[in-house]
Amino acid sequence: MTGIAAFGTGGWILSEPFMQNAFIAGTAVALLAGLVGHFVVLRGQVFAGDALSHVAYTGALAALAAGLDLRLGLFTATIGIGFALGLFGGRGASDDVVIGTTFAWILGLGVFFLSIYTTRSSTSDSTANVKVLFGSILGISSAAAQSETWTAAGLILVLLAIARPLLFASLDPAGASARGIPVRFLGPFFLALLGATAATASQLVGALLVFGLLAAPPAAARKLTDRPWTAFWLSGALAVAAVWAGLALAYWVPTLPSSFTITGAASLEYATAATASWILARRARIPASPDSSNPETRQGARATAGSRHR
Amino acid sequence: MNPAGFLAELFAYPFMVNAFQAGTIVAVAAGAIGWFMVQRRQSFAGHTLAVIGFPGAAGATLLGLSPAVGYFVACIGGALVIAALPATGRAGGELGGASEESAAIGTVQAFALACGFLFVSLYKGFLGGLNNLLFGTITGVTTGQVALLAVAGLVSLAALASIARPLLFSSIDPAIAGSRGVPVRAVSAAFLVLLGVAAAGTSQVTGSLLVFSLLVAPAATATRLTARPVLGIALSVVIALAATWAGEAIAYFSPYPIGFWVASLAFAAFVAATAWQAAREHHGRRRARPNAGVWA
Repeated sequence: MTGIAAFGTGGWILSEPFMQNAFIAGTAVALLAGLVGHFVVLRGQVFAGDALSHVAYTGALAALAAGLDLRLGLFTATIGIGFALGLFGGRGASDDVVIGTTFAWILGLGVFFLSIYTTRSSTSDSTANVKVLFGSILGISSAAAQSETWTAAGLILVLLAIARPLLFASLDPAGASARGIPVRFLGPFFLALLGATAATASQLVGALLVFGLLAAPPAAARKLTDRPWTAFWLSGALAVAAVWAGLALAYWVPTLPSSFTITGAASLEYATAATASWILARRARIPASPDSSNPETRQGARATAGSRHR
Repeated sequence: MNPAGFLAELFAYPFMVNAFQAGTIVAVAAGAIGWFMVQRRQSFAGHTLAVIGFPGAAGATLLGLSPAVGYFVACIGGALVIAALPATGRAGGELGGASEESAAIGTVQAFALACGFLFVSLYKGFLGGLNNLLFGTITGVTTGQVALLAVAGLVSLAALASIARPLLFSSIDPAIAGSRGVPVRAVSAAFLVLLGVAAAGTSQVTGSLLVFSLLVAPAATATRLTARPVLGIALSVVIALAATWAGEAIAYFSPYPIGFWVASLAFAAFVAATAWQAAREHHGRRRARPNAGVWA
């Protein structure tokens, strides 16, 4: 209702300073999360991403309990543990018990810091816990929005710098290390970058919902295209679209928290993409005629014919 | 303090008696069901089911119902949905299938948490309860809740016992189990529902986010210590019970919340078992060097 009133008075979404802050920081962080998330899904490290977003919670509350700046704890914890996870955790799915058990304990530690924080300082911000868990994109100051934007931009540049070897190392680790790419270093480095991404994004959508931006857009992008670089950029675009749609919805319907609308938009993107690709796959399977207009199928047919020739 | 006085003080309040009863039921169910979950490598699904319980409980509170009802309805419903999903997820096959499936599960998880947050913020003045739903509480377990947990725990353990053999078989080798006439899909769907029940029960003690500490850590610890199924399940139950009881007792005497203590104790057991296994392997390798082929 207030949104409509704001329209009536000639304002539009971006005329309010807090919405400008949210849009600028949200766009940068979403682009970062979408692009990093592409590699997370590609490398099968979704579980590690989840673990690191929980580490963000504990890091933030540890800093609050110690009376330090929240961001200090956030980035130290996520980058440090991300790097350690890459060094010692291995890549296999068999390790998910190790990751899961460890991050359950780390979350427990977060609750410990929370109770220190709330019992020791009576003047403490009672909503700090909710802010860390579920974010406050509409509540950030313009200074915080600026530092968020610059951090996200810097991390995007780092990712772009390693994107090419990282893609190679993700798809074919043996081939990449044979070509002289430092695969053993790239893994931990990427997880540290993922940790920094989780820390940055958790300040906007909350430690628990970072995952919505980190997993849903890349998963949707992969449903829509098989080509890695197209999926990479598409994933970033979808994440940005989710943040824009979420912010607009939260602005027009003030009872809905912005973290919910953003996560909801990202989930809707994935649901739509999954349904679309499922329908397309069914349609492609039912006729099963060789004169399909799909160039990929024709290429595949030619390739098999060629190999049979040989 | 003498032990009798210690116990008398611990059980002086009815809520502590309730908490211990609830903790005992939950630890037994979580220890046993968790062991199968670890064998089947479904811990991510278990975590997701627990997280789905959070909007269920928050939604139930919003509607004026008991959170316990919300936990069970949401977790069992979520289990049925996940059981229906793999057919489409596995169609992709090969290597990418697994990571895409976990991306889908992760999306569901984030959405569930977001819905829970929505319900909590729609229900104003409930933000203190948010921590109880996410990280557990020992003061809030009612006698009615204990009765509900007892029924759910007994039914799920009986169901687990009745499908234990085919479940173990199909967990170890689904292809062979299928060819021997084991209804692999039905068994795995039934197990997911049991996992939902276990996650819902565990959530009421440890909170939605710390379910791993009772569902995974004891089972993973037991798996490190023994490969034998019956012994492994028994060990898993014992470790879960020890962590819960000790955690509840310490939480009673300390200002820090139960979730932290249960998670820390379970994690300590896991770290100790991992270290013990590493030491044993190191020792075994040195001794068994001459005929290493036998042990490989």
